[in-house]
Amino acid sequence: MELCETIWGSRRSGEAEDGKGRDMKDLRGGGDAKVAVSDERKKRRLKVAHPERCIGCLSCMFACSRINTRRASLDRSAIRVKTQGGLEGDFAVVICRACKDPPCVRACPRGALEKRENGRVIFKRELCDGCGACAEACLIRAISIDSEGKAIKCKHCGACVAFCPHGVLEMEEVEE
Amino acid sequence: MLRRVLYIDLDKKESFVEDRYDLFEEWLGGTGVATQLLLEECPEGADPLSPRAPIIFGIGPLTALFPAMTKTVAAFKSPLNGELGESYAGGRLAMAMRFAGHEGLVIRGAAESPCYISIRDDEVKIKDATSIWGIPATVVGYILREVEAGVGRRSIIRIGPGGERLVRYAGVVVDTYRHFGRLGLGAVFGSKNLKAIVVSGTEDVELPNSKRYRDIYNQLFKTVVQTDAMEKYHDIGTPINVNVLNQMKGLPTRNFQDSSFEAAENISGENLADNYLLRRVSCAHCPIGCIHIGMLKTSFSRHHEFEIRKISYDYELIYALGSNLGVTTPEGMLELIEACERQGLDAISTGVVLAWATEALDRGIITEEETLGVPLKWDGVEGYLEAIERIVKAPNDFYSTLARGVVAASDRYGGEDFAMALGGNEVAGYHTGPAFIFGLAVGVRHSHLDNAGYSIDQAAAKKPLTPEEMVDAIIAEDDARGVYNSLIGCLFARGVYTPDRIVEALGSVGIEKTKDDLQILGRKIFDEKYRFKLREGFDLSKSRIPRRFYETVSTVGMVDPETIETMMEIYRERRSWG
Repeated sequence: MELCETIWGSRRSGEAEDGKGRDMKDLRGGGDAKVAVSDERKKRRLKVAHPERCIGCLSCMFACSRINTRRASLDRSAIRVKTQGGLEGDFAVVICRACKDPPCVRACPRGALEKRENGRVIFKRELCDGCGACAEACLIRAISIDSEGKAIKCKHCGACVAFCPHGVLEMEEVEE
Repeated sequence: MLRRVLYIDLDKKESFVEDRYDLFEEWLGGTGVATQLLLEECPEGADPLSPRAPIIFGIGPLTALFPAMTKTVAAFKSPLNGELGESYAGGRLAMAMRFAGHEGLVIRGAAESPCYISIRDDEVKIKDATSIWGIPATVVGYILREVEAGVGRRSIIRIGPGGERLVRYAGVVVDTYRHFGRLGLGAVFGSKNLKAIVVSGTEDVELPNSKRYRDIYNQLFKTVVQTDAMEKYHDIGTPINVNVLNQMKGLPTRNFQDSSFEAAENISGENLADNYLLRRVSCAHCPIGCIHIGMLKTSFSRHHEFEIRKISYDYELIYALGSNLGVTTPEGMLELIEACERQGLDAISTGVVLAWATEALDRGIITEEETLGVPLKWDGVEGYLEAIERIVKAPNDFYSTLARGVVAASDRYGGEDFAMALGGNEVAGYHTGPAFIFGLAVGVRHSHLDNAGYSIDQAAAKKPLTPEEMVDAIIAEDDARGVYNSLIGCLFARGVYTPDRIVEALGSVGIEKTKDDLQILGRKIFDEKYRFKLREGFDLSKSRIPRRFYETVSTVGMVDPETIETMMEIYRERRSWG
């Protein structure tokens, strides 16, 4: 099976954006989560390893918005836990799949989403005019538009992983 | 921070938002603010089921911002005991209110015909609910989910036929598995022709000091997830109490005639978890996942055809609809829980009422003429299922009296010695000793969660406590919970939210308080609730304590009425009530 692996977080080990290094600690068991990367060239990608274990607590969504946008928000989270038929149904965890040929990049008319040579997709917030073409292009609906009219795009930073109490989420290293 | 109260008037079909800085400055949020709104909105002596009686909902300054800060408070005048009605529910309502931008919600008046309220950010619509009137609380959720927006971040709260028909202990079902159970909020909804409320919103909460917030957040999250104190809630869940209380002679059985149950193992949390548990789910922004959903699989033909029902269970339900009715099978107990869910009835009150009726029939105080031929007997699940339906339909004087609660039933037919209510509220599942009994009698809403007397008794079983020590512990809990219920946190996480951590969490969202401030506030909130109670006629000196409490051995041995009297005297003194 072909993996869509060209978008990833390629942050070096220990590097912290927005001081989030501390938040990356695995808060479930005291140890480090599987988010630390030993080899800086290894590409990392968020993965929904065990969707059936989700209890719908939304801690991942709050982690994403808290750490990446400094707000408590569901709408600004790049990861989404959806109910399917209320709490009686199963939860669906929607994340960016890091496509090899990202339709979101192709759809953006303003170049706000740009695929770099190393495969990482960069979102240039200032260029985004909120037209929604990227969100429309993503069939799994992993991109949405926030209340300020800007796209919300997962950057595979792994901030959510440490706050999942049930091991639903993992960071996986993607071989070149 | 939000300071907004949304007022909805069902008479005038209009709504408006008011900033109530005054209230939130002084009373923090949650129950502190809701109590003030109730005092403002509810005219003295109002009939709880009249348009004059309001419904208040409130969330607090930590709602949706910290793990396990998941509760919404409802304040109303109780149609069950005629004084302070207060109930808490989890689910997704608190989060939905926060993101809709409303910290308080006041509902006034009554609709002329069945309606539901749709709240989406500042947009409020009062919509026709004629087509869903009479539909079980469980099913209403499916229907409104299809027609309303906000999937994944909304909350749908609704009543069943029990609330519509004004059963005085009908509750409001929140997001399928959580409830405003106690003291009859469902009947108040019914009296207003209000079937449901849907809330969703898209607001964000900006944090004034992101780093400080994240530091205390991480500390709290880690503690909630790791601490041993939470273990009981996420593994077996609250039903772990079944075996524990049974062993210590604290599990009310067959209307408190016994305090241990020979079939406890069958309906224990362990058995349910091993053989019936389907999954666990969480309230929004709580990593504990204490909501245990059991699967009841019933064959309906010889050809391997099954009905599958998913039923959430907790300790109090197992007591009320299990041991206290002598029900020996998990299947029977789960069926009874489901019947209460469909009708939208409070499980504790329903169980206590049925237990009284069973004993009353057994003792010949009533006959099958009253029950319309329904054979109420211990472990008689079929009879209980029929009785639950009849309580809602009220086909005769007997069932309509049962629909008014166990105190009304014993006033009418006798048997007050074993009508297990305190403060007019049917009692929760503990026969642990004097602190539980006394705690219920004095508690602001006569709930085991006012001051957790059962926990004080359990401590006393290990190392005896004097009446003074028990009273002091009860007062400390009464007051501390007033603060915690203003934040508003789930009581399961109360051990994690120490006073220091509460001060830090509040500080991180821009509310600077000291521990002393909070302690004084707790006392004040308690006093304000008593102000409402006294205004509506509550009289502690007329507390009616069923004799049964003194006739059945408890966790700490036989309870002596004099101990309760002594505690009452000490309590009055400590509260400076003279």
